[in-house]
Amino acid sequence: MLAFILRRLAQSIAVLLTVGLVSFFLFRYIGDPINSLVGQDTPAAEREALKEKLGLNDPAPVQFLHFIENAARGRFGLSYRTSEPVSRMILERLPATLELSFCAAVFALAVGIPMGVYTGLYPRRWSSRLFQAVSLIGISLPTFLIGILLILVFAVMLHWLPSFGRGQTSTFGWWTTNFTSWKGLEALILPSITLGLFQLTLIMRLVRSEMLEVMRTDYIKFARARGLSNRAINFGHALKNTLVPVITVTGLQLGSLIAFALVTETVFAWPGVGQLFIQSVQFADIPVMAAYLMLIGLLFVIINLIVDLLYFVVDPRLRGTARVGGH
Amino acid sequence: MADGTSWLHRAADSDIWWSFKSSSLTVLAAVVTVFIVLAAFLSPVLAPHTPFDPSTLSLSDGLKPPAWMADGDWSFVLGTDDQGRDVLSSIMYGTRLSLVVGFASVVVSLVIGIALGLVSGYVGGVTDSIIMRIADVQLTFPAILVALLIDGVVRGLISSQRHDEIAPFVIIGAIGLSFWVQYARTVRGSVMVEKNKEYVQAARVIGLSPVLIMVRHVLPNVTGPVLVIATINLALAIISEATLSFLGVGLPSTQPSLGTLIRIGNELLQSGEWWITVFPGITLAALVLAVNLLGDWLRDALNPKLR
Amino acid sequence: MATNNAPLLEVKNLRVEFPTRRGTLLAVDDVSFDIAPGEVLGVVGESGAGKSLTGNAIIGLLEPPGRIAAGEIRLEGRRIDTLPYEEMRKVRGAKIGAIFQDPLTSLNPLYSVSRQLVETIQTHMPLSASAARARALDLLKEVGIPGAEHRIDHYPHQFSGGMRQRVVIALALCANPRLIVADEPTTALDVSIQAQIIALLKRLCREHQTAVMLVTHDMGVIAETADRVAVMYAGRVAEIGPVRDVIKNAKHPYTKGLMGSIPHLGVRSDRLTQIDGSMPRLTEIPSGCAFNPRCAERGERCLVQRPDLMPAGASRAACWLHDAAGVGAPVRKELADA
Repeated sequence: MLAFILRRLAQSIAVLLTVGLVSFFLFRYIGDPINSLVGQDTPAAEREALKEKLGLNDPAPVQFLHFIENAARGRFGLSYRTSEPVSRMILERLPATLELSFCAAVFALAVGIPMGVYTGLYPRRWSSRLFQAVSLIGISLPTFLIGILLILVFAVMLHWLPSFGRGQTSTFGWWTTNFTSWKGLEALILPSITLGLFQLTLIMRLVRSEMLEVMRTDYIKFARARGLSNRAINFGHALKNTLVPVITVTGLQLGSLIAFALVTETVFAWPGVGQLFIQSVQFADIPVMAAYLMLIGLLFVIINLIVDLLYFVVDPRLRGTARVGGH
Repeated sequence: MADGTSWLHRAADSDIWWSFKSSSLTVLAAVVTVFIVLAAFLSPVLAPHTPFDPSTLSLSDGLKPPAWMADGDWSFVLGTDDQGRDVLSSIMYGTRLSLVVGFASVVVSLVIGIALGLVSGYVGGVTDSIIMRIADVQLTFPAILVALLIDGVVRGLISSQRHDEIAPFVIIGAIGLSFWVQYARTVRGSVMVEKNKEYVQAARVIGLSPVLIMVRHVLPNVTGPVLVIATINLALAIISEATLSFLGVGLPSTQPSLGTLIRIGNELLQSGEWWITVFPGITLAALVLAVNLLGDWLRDALNPKLR
Repeated sequence: MATNNAPLLEVKNLRVEFPTRRGTLLAVDDVSFDIAPGEVLGVVGESGAGKSLTGNAIIGLLEPPGRIAAGEIRLEGRRIDTLPYEEMRKVRGAKIGAIFQDPLTSLNPLYSVSRQLVETIQTHMPLSASAARARALDLLKEVGIPGAEHRIDHYPHQFSGGMRQRVVIALALCANPRLIVADEPTTALDVSIQAQIIALLKRLCREHQTAVMLVTHDMGVIAETADRVAVMYAGRVAEIGPVRDVIKNAKHPYTKGLMGSIPHLGVRSDRLTQIDGSMPRLTEIPSGCAFNPRCAERGERCLVQRPDLMPAGASRAACWLHDAAGVGAPVRKELADA
């Protein structure tokens, strides 16, 4: 098991370095680092001096090393657009995105898993078919369309919920949160549903198809042949075997929520890192793009690791216990 | 198999056609898709107006609601936007663009994916490792992010104006590049299986190009799975393009796709002019839904386990 | 041997159908047999002959769209084929146990053996958790798992194939069923293990007075274990009788062919008998006797009239050869494959 952890760690670092490489490439060769620091009419000699000072004339591998060093310390230079330090911009907006993703994840799991189990156990009921149909719509509609629809109905027509912005937040040190007030929570509702809906349908479909597969296995048949009750079979044997493979896929999907948030944030004018990224793409603000890339890479790698470890905990076959022989 | 019955007869008799006919939902989806595609591609002929030719626009036509409402005008059946552009015609032209970009990016993904898969599987070694590592890293990121990144890079390299001029190509490339991985993996797997078979080695001994032989044997094997991936891919590509355009980094308002139209309309949503967003939205939703239904049916029909 | 005369299991005129889009397929066609208490009935036949489906129908686990279209199944005189699901569930495990072919897939990989045993025991017997666990331990010892105290909490993948099948047998015997339906219990095991498992099954069933319906395509297993044997062909019973008689003195031409195709140690032969042709597909079952296209002794009657089981010596066989009126004028067998 230790070997496994070490191997995964090594893989994660490899992935991070690759992402870092792409980031570095973006940062150094597509953007112009000098431009982010000085104005248009700075004389060439000064630029050269600055270049030297910043180490921009060093050989590429050395620069890459510096880049990684700086990245590890969270230093990504200044934004082309606002001339603010990129790391500060990101940190400012990170809580908004994280809270939104968290709520969306909870929504997707809390509704998706039970719906998936239900439609998997009773696939022929009309309610199951209805859920299936709704899920098809959920997968087909682009997230931004769902967001617009929700805004149209609940904000513009019914005036029940706010249509944009983060609403009321409180600050705790560096973190700003919506969770401390009703108004704050209200602002979270529509965006969370929008962000979580796609994942919800994915989870529901996955759980359903796993459930259908499991119900066809020999051990379920044998369990029935032993006269076990439906409850024991459905919620004991079947559920556990269904959820185990679902865990990995779900975990990874939820990780991607953080990245997918960028669309929802744009629709709802939610001030998160996703919205920041979109703005940076529109303005070709390379330092922000590079920093966002590394951030997402780091988050994904961490989530992947956690999911892999979870797998260990849940599936006894992976724990590498020795097989005892005999006939 | 040459027994005199034409392939048409055989097709009509086949399992696939039977399962198609028996699912009325799928037939409906097919009809909707055909309708939308035809309307889109015949837009120069069928559209009542030319909304993207500025000379035909007049601001006094602006912000007309749909024809059945008060203030509506039957020459602008679905209403107009703030520039006086007819919504119905915009939708038709926009759908055409959405479809073209969607299909083209699937083709791009296919070509890149199959090519890289063949190379990776056949050559093996370091090349294979590198390609697969890139694939793994790319897979950790959602496709939309990859597409955005590529678009951002292009914008960093050329001026914004130039970018807008060649926007469809940039978008096709961006989306195409974000979806190649699945194809590559499937093809690579198949190649690796075939590579070790004796007929390949035999071919080498005879002096025939084993690559050609392998392609002849590998490609038929992967057609099924690749088709399945492509159907999922098509819906995703259309959604991706719409999303990019909605976010303002896709097709510009001078050559709008459905996503762009929705974005334009979104800005007017708060003031109550809903038709500029809603109708393109409905069209987009119907299109993607139909494509997904067809894809679902195709996947079930091709799945040997369900026969 | 039987201690009373009433049969434990009676199957009468069982028909199992599969509606498909090309029409309804008949997979089990008018099958009847009895099993006495404590008796081992072998059910033998090629793949696709309908033996597993018959077993599934008996335990009430036919997979849709398959269904019982006609006939009766009675356990201790009571009809079980028409029982609602919940009622049948109580019968399963408690009165009828089942063992399937692949021990690896029969056990839930995520649950320990003790958990699966205790759960089954507690479903049918009002025992506390610790009493159930004690019983589980006893069962494991009975089926011959060495070091049962240590192994009881292990997971299925930690056992070898033969050990797993022993666990499966233990699970089937948890609640002391009167009948066990064993569907190819040794096919997935190494040859060296097969004999042990069969011996175990035989011994346990003798000790507990449990009847067994042993479904298999392996005549050797039948010869070792069964008291009587039913030979199935194309969804029908071709011959049924005491094991010694059927093997040494087969009455149905199909059975004769089967016996002839088994190599015997110590018997020199130049060639093994082979029956030309193959068992017909469900969509192409011939009229009259299903075996007639492959039969060297057929007559005109065999082509049109389907034989029921009729007395033939100590057994019964579905063949006109044993009828007073005979098979009619002989019809030469076509030599080419259908």
